[in-house]
Amino acid sequence: MPTDSLNTTFAALADPTRRAILARLMKGEASVTELAEPFAMSMPAISKHLKVLERAGLIERGRNAQWRPCRLEAGPLKEVADWVEPYRNRWEESFQRLDEILLELQKKERNHGRQ
Amino acid sequence: MAANSSTFTLTTPSDREIVITRMFDAPRELVFKAITDPTLIPRWWGPRRYETIVDKMEPRVGGTWRFINKDADGNEFAFNGVYREIVPPERVVQTFEFEPMPGHVSVDTMTLEEVDGKTKLTSRSLFDSREDRDGMMQSDMESGVRETYDRFEELVQEVQKNQRAA
Repeated sequence: MPTDSLNTTFAALADPTRRAILARLMKGEASVTELAEPFAMSMPAISKHLKVLERAGLIERGRNAQWRPCRLEAGPLKEVADWVEPYRNRWEESFQRLDEILLELQKKERNHGRQ
Repeated sequence: MAANSSTFTLTTPSDREIVITRMFDAPRELVFKAITDPTLIPRWWGPRRYETIVDKMEPRVGGTWRFINKDADGNEFAFNGVYREIVPPERVVQTFEFEPMPGHVSVDTMTLEEVDGKTKLTSRSLFDSREDRDGMMQSDMESGVRETYDRFEELVQEVQKNQRAA
């Protein structure tokens, strides 16, 4: 497990502004100005966030000198998803079995009610 | 019941916490009864491929619990803890220890709320330190990491959708 790169990804994802930026980039590439729009933040502050995301490999900046559009890089997110999956599965599988038990208990209660 | 799977969320509100939420199609009295009944634990606790044996379960304040997971090859690993609070039908607070990693104990608070005739289960695990939490996530209880963030799930789902589409 490439823990170091996962740590970098998690650190980058820990900030709500950076998550919002990534969510925006899901819809397609955007300029720094466009990304800054929804936030009450200075351009340097946004640029700082973008640098963190870029270092974590979560985004890529275009080489176009005019506006250098930002693009999402899906690889690291996928890596985190793969890591979370087993834990999530363990609980979701338990809960699905609990769903079945609850259904059964409710049926039993209804039958008792009829008698 | 598949609809309820989509209500599963996992978040980390702080460095030492993991919070899971899930909806159930049943009144909370029934959910409470089901999760505190020792005879039902083997039927739902843990992944299907493991047999779950209730070695001990005393759902009262100060009572202890110990469950054993056993795989098809007969390998066993156990979990244990102490009940700190039992408030039917709304709350259970208990400690949680994975025996292969002794001493790294979390305090798990499970609350049940009724929402439109359904029950929302919230399980909050609080660890002593970030290291403990991450250690638990990386332990071979095949738990993976217990991390995710607000909006993270939708981000990932979106990414996977886009990848499939590409």
